Amino acid sequence: MANNESIPFTTEALPKIVIRPSQGLFAFRLDDLWRYRELLYFFAWRDIKVRYKQTVLGAAWAIIQPFFTMVVFTLFFGKLAKIPSEGVPYPIFSYAGLLPWTFFAQAMNQSSDSLVGTAYLITKVYFPRLVVPVSATLAPLVDFCIAFIVLIGMMFFYRIFPTGTLVYLPVFLLLAFATSLGAGLWLSALNVQYRDVRYAVPFLTQLWLFATPVIYPSSGVHGPWRIILGLNPMTGVVEGFRWALLGIGAAPGAMIYTSMCVSLMLVFTGLIYFKGMEKTFADIV
Amino acid sequence: MSAVVIRADNLGKRYRLGQLEPYKTLRDVITGAFTAPFRRRRSQNRSGLPSAIQHAKSEYVWVLKDVSFEIKRGEVVGIVGRNGAGKSTLLKILSRITEPTEGYAEFHGRVQSLLEVGTGFHPELTGRENIYLNAAILGMKRREIERKFDEIVAFSEIEKFLDTPVKRYSSGMYVRLAFAVAAHLEPEILLLDEVLSVGDAAFQKKCLGKMGEVAKEGRTVLFVSHNMGAIRSLCDRAILLDQGNVRLDAEPAEIIRAYLSAYISSANSGAFKAEVFWPNEAEAPGGDEVRLISIRLLSKDGRPNSTFEVDKPICVEISYRIKCPLRGMRLRLGLMTLQGELAFESTDHQFREEEAFPGIYRNLCTIPGGLLNIGAYIVRVGGGIPGVKVLLPMTEYFTFSTAGCGNQGSNYPEKWPGVVCPKLDWIIERIGEERK
Repeated sequence: MANNESIPFTTEALPKIVIRPSQGLFAFRLDDLWRYRELLYFFAWRDIKVRYKQTVLGAAWAIIQPFFTMVVFTLFFGKLAKIPSEGVPYPIFSYAGLLPWTFFAQAMNQSSDSLVGTAYLITKVYFPRLVVPVSATLAPLVDFCIAFIVLIGMMFFYRIFPTGTLVYLPVFLLLAFATSLGAGLWLSALNVQYRDVRYAVPFLTQLWLFATPVIYPSSGVHGPWRIILGLNPMTGVVEGFRWALLGIGAAPGAMIYTSMCVSLMLVFTGLIYFKGMEKTFADIV
Repeated sequence: MSAVVIRADNLGKRYRLGQLEPYKTLRDVITGAFTAPFRRRRSQNRSGLPSAIQHAKSEYVWVLKDVSFEIKRGEVVGIVGRNGAGKSTLLKILSRITEPTEGYAEFHGRVQSLLEVGTGFHPELTGRENIYLNAAILGMKRREIERKFDEIVAFSEIEKFLDTPVKRYSSGMYVRLAFAVAAHLEPEILLLDEVLSVGDAAFQKKCLGKMGEVAKEGRTVLFVSHNMGAIRSLCDRAILLDQGNVRLDAEPAEIIRAYLSAYISSANSGAFKAEVFWPNEAEAPGGDEVRLISIRLLSKDGRPNSTFEVDKPICVEISYRIKCPLRGMRLRLGLMTLQGELAFESTDHQFREEEAFPGIYRNLCTIPGGLLNIGAYIVRVGGGIPGVKVLLPMTEYFTFSTAGCGNQGSNYPEKWPGVVCPKLDWIIERIGEERK
């Protein structure tokens, strides 16, 4: 490769990169994201590795949080407040709801600060900025899987076996991911411009938990409150997950379909907003 | 004829002045909305201008404007300019980190940028893990990283510490590892920022060597530097940026002359200086940690002078203030000829304590007599913590001249060759008979 003239290649054979001020909202450039898919893996891998380094309990933390929350909920909401649980014991009812919820809460928490947290990278290296919130949403999946194993254990314990509705489980898992991603895209992009967002998220998460049928079944909610549940994208995820896995509750109806539509809209609008703000990230972060 | 691999066409970048204070909180936005009516009235009273004009005068600054050039395959091109000329911004735009406000650029070939060393290193991860992470961030695919892994480890010389978390590395090891990864990038087009200013001398030499190899392999390199020596020895061509515009695009020798033209013209007109000082702290070179106060050249009796005899010592006095405690900081003094050649550099590293406390300081460096050549020299000063942070970028400040009655005892007023002209001892002995 020492002599230029001996290389017969033309410029057409090499990848061409064009730089110009971007116009319009719909320059998605998902092919760029595909080219950088390995970086997605590396970022998620790094987040997971770093999370449990130098800890004593390590991956056990992934189980501790939903499990003990479930215990507390069972005591206060199940026993004291006697909230109905669709015919299954309250512990498994709340745990099955907590599982996708914890994933969502963790994903939202981590992705909201993800862009600002990687400011040192964004200002020095090029990669599609979408990689950042997407990998922040991928990392909690590992915790989800670990806690899921415990759920399976609980199902054996309570002798609840999955029914035919199990085929729909992947749909709701995908929906959980999409909803978390949508929220993450919005929050991470907003946080770059308005740093309050980072502080609002834990508070938002707490309130959102009560607006989602995790602690209580949606069948217990009547009248105008059902509209709020319908507009909540996590309703579809939680209720659907519970229905698909445990076979309890009514089959998805108007409320869950509405919630699913809101989820999809959240992802789409999140993508658009993120892409629109992307060009300013390196300048403002 | 080589093909064009980089083409830039009227690139421009504009920043709104308010963007220097980057982010807002919702509270600021809300209070802004509330105080807007009051602001209008207040601003009217103050300047008398109607508020409409005040608000329309949104202040922008063009950091780059009308930058165009073409670079062919295999060329090594340097980008030079004073601090603030827009070099780093240009590189950021070409690296797709920030978008141009106007203009167009295209690349033919795989591009990799190195704007900083150790990008993405995570302190909790081990050296091995960080090699993978850093290489992936810089754009290498996993297979490529695995292929080059052993080479990278060998180049960095940290085999023993590969499995220790990077937070336990010394700054030297850190830099070596980071460079080792960066040195194994194999793109067709490489964009480099002034990364050569970190690391110790031996390592810098290694990296310059590697860069030279890269250039010889027919890759195209575009790099930003203050180092005239590197520009002269590595570049086929250089581009001089001045306040965001391309002032000149030519061979290194011409560019260096243009870059130093201010100094050359002052030398030609005899406008040498004895000192430079900054009464206003905000305008002095430096930042939040160190700010220069003045640089003066004094003769042995303590008086400032702009012309010195070559056989008399010159005392360089650098006054500066340190604003916060610093560890490992050092100052560097350099003298450069009008051709851009570095005569020498000297540092106060050995003479200072590890820890420096806030205060006003004065360094005195004595350049011995019988060293310099007759002519003009440019004084350069810089400072920082080696391998960690540049606190005062190495910059040229002013020119002074030296005069004398014949260098090396010569009776002719010729200019003796050489950047320096040290007075050395010669001993002549007759040690034997000459055989017929």
